[in-house]
Amino acid sequence: MKHKKAKKYGMVINLDKCTGCGSCMVACMAENNVPFRKDESDKLLSITWMRVYKLTNGKPFPNTDICYLPRPCMHCEGQHEGHSPCVTVCPAVATDYNIETGIVSQIYTRCFGCRYCMASCPYKARYFNWWDPVWPDGMEKYLSPNVSPRMRGVVEKCSFCFHRYQMAKEKAFMEGRRELKEDEYQTACTQACPAGAITFGDLNNPNHAVYRMVKPDPKHHGRPTNPNAFRLLERLGTNPKVYYLSSREWVRRVGDNYLKNESIAKKTVHQG
Amino acid sequence: MDSALIPRGVKRCPLWQFLLFISVVGAVLLWGVYAMLLCWIKGLNQTNMNDYYGFAIWIWADLAVIAVGGGAFFTGLLTYIFGKDELKSIINYAVLIGFICYSSALLILAYDIGQPLRGWFIFWHANVHSMLTEVAFCLSCYFGVLTIEFIPLILENRQIDRVPFFHHLSHNMHEIMAVFAATGVFLSFFHQGSLGGVAGVLFGRPFAFREGILIWPWTFFLFTWSAAACGPCFTILITKITETVTRKKLVKDSAIELLAKISGWMILTYIIAKTADTWYWATVTAPSMGQTLMDFYSNNPLYGIWILFAEIVICGFVPAAILITKKGRKNSVALWIAVILAVVGVCINRWVMVLQVMAVPVMSFDYWAMYFPSWQEIATTILPVAYGIILVGLAHRYLPVFPDESELNPIETLPAEEEETVEPPVDLEQELKPAEA
Ligand code: SF4
Ligand code: SF4
Repeated sequence: MKHKKAKKYGMVINLDKCTGCGSCMVACMAENNVPFRKDESDKLLSITWMRVYKLTNGKPFPNTDICYLPRPCMHCEGQHEGHSPCVTVCPAVATDYNIETGIVSQIYTRCFGCRYCMASCPYKARYFNWWDPVWPDGMEKYLSPNVSPRMRGVVEKCSFCFHRYQMAKEKAFMEGRRELKEDEYQTACTQACPAGAITFGDLNNPNHAVYRMVKPDPKHHGRPTNPNAFRLLERLGTNPKVYYLSSREWVRRVGDNYLKNESIAKKTVHQG
Repeated sequence: MDSALIPRGVKRCPLWQFLLFISVVGAVLLWGVYAMLLCWIKGLNQTNMNDYYGFAIWIWADLAVIAVGGGAFFTGLLTYIFGKDELKSIINYAVLIGFICYSSALLILAYDIGQPLRGWFIFWHANVHSMLTEVAFCLSCYFGVLTIEFIPLILENRQIDRVPFFHHLSHNMHEIMAVFAATGVFLSFFHQGSLGGVAGVLFGRPFAFREGILIWPWTFFLFTWSAAACGPCFTILITKITETVTRKKLVKDSAIELLAKISGWMILTYIIAKTADTWYWATVTAPSMGQTLMDFYSNNPLYGIWILFAEIVICGFVPAAILITKKGRKNSVALWIAVILAVVGVCINRWVMVLQVMAVPVMSFDYWAMYFPSWQEIATTILPVAYGIILVGLAHRYLPVFPDESELNPIETLPAEEEETVEPPVDLEQELKPAEA
């Protein structure tokens, strides 16, 4: 039998299209039973698997420009598959790298809440359950039965809606198929974005839109070859599977750290 | 009243005074226990941690007590393996301090985790690639070793020692102490090192990340080294404090001076290595990730370059310079200053490597995470200190912690003091005998 190449699910977010409306954040919370409290004014305690950041170019009027940047978990691949910053440090294997899909999972019933993974993640994509979830009256009935709610004292993060992948696989299996079609597995945020800024698919599959949009370079851990594409903190060697597109240079530059007189083109990949 | 329990030939304060002291410290301890229970019952929302700043102040305390508790393994190494007999005067106390430090560290871990009942998952579902797993295993094993090292001292309590079995047990344990000391050194090397590795492997955090050899980042070696260097200073410091509080000399000067001298040279070599590490990180590692040294020390109200200066120069080179000179070691004030600075230095290092890491932003559009601990965090951080003081108090009163104490403080037998100080009359001893059975 021909060896089937493993999947590498990833996301491309077109920042030129994102309007910062926050639909992706709302869709994510509803889809994944993300808990919230009455008072969510302290954003450092809010759980937002998908979080939209507002960036500015820091220039005075009339040259001011802004950009919204949605940030899910990057499902980092690391320097070799599975060497994500968070996966390598978790002492209890409560967060795991799935070789089949490239998705970084979180096992809530195994996590004991040491928060070492939070320290390791430069994207601050991990959130701790400081409280047990309390749902407004009657809301339990609206929770998704496909995603387990989390208890106090454990860490959670974006799962690329892994339950959707499992359901799509089951459906395909029932229909006698092994492969999923591109549109069969899509994350909630991708579908919710009214501007169509988010694209999701298999980065290993040249027929998928995500592949065509960024043209990942396999020799450099999937670094994008499209000049308008970039990954957050590329130089750290985390090798995220979330890519961003922007036609604006300042936006692409904000995606990483550079020394004062360093140009984007010259950057070297650390550890690479 | 408790004179039958007090070691022979030494003088202790009246029982009421001792109990008063214990109850004052005990009140602080209870305050800490209350805060700890709050964290267990209500959860970590009792702290001021948040999703940007996910480590509480007690984690710094955890790393700091482990570092300063390093005096136990290093003094053990010098005494039992290298045969520095002068240090026998202080080794018991070094072990006791180490025992307190490590039991505190384990206690802190128990309330630090979000799901304390799942704490054992770290052993059961161990991820062998995680530095924290290595810490957990070595720390627990070493705590076992320290307990074994501590037991003979307990058995030497005057009443326990009268039971022949315990007497022989303690004697035999002493005989093979070198084996435990060697095991302790081995385990300490790894858990001190892996604690350094915890920060050094974070390749997503340029502030913490360090290159190294194979799987061990430089911080691995620096942590072990600094614990071996500064741990003995903590032992000296606590000895000096105990001597001040009890107003008598407890350890021979030769022991203190030898330990101070070795510690001084260790600090000097460590701080040179630390300087080289910082230099390489600031000029090669961080720039390769697009960051400069000053990115880590500016644009925020607290974290300035003063931290680096304080750690390396004031609390590194200065104590080293004092301790390596005979004059410095012999001058009591200079010795005090040196050991305090060395202890502060290693504590700053642990704070920087664990808490400042959380504060520094990585994404260019992110911001510094400033944080101030809640009272529950402060109380639970003080809890181990109160526990340590009580244990030191009890051990000092009832165990022969300082073998040279009676020689250094000969008791003049004034009739009025007799009851408190000298051995009980023979008939009392005889009366106690049946209780052994
Ligand atoms: S973004 Fe953070 S949580 Fe997600 S895989 Fe990378 S390091 Fe882990
Ligand atoms: S908080 Fe949970 S997932 Fe994160 S490192 Fe600790 S045990 Fe692993």
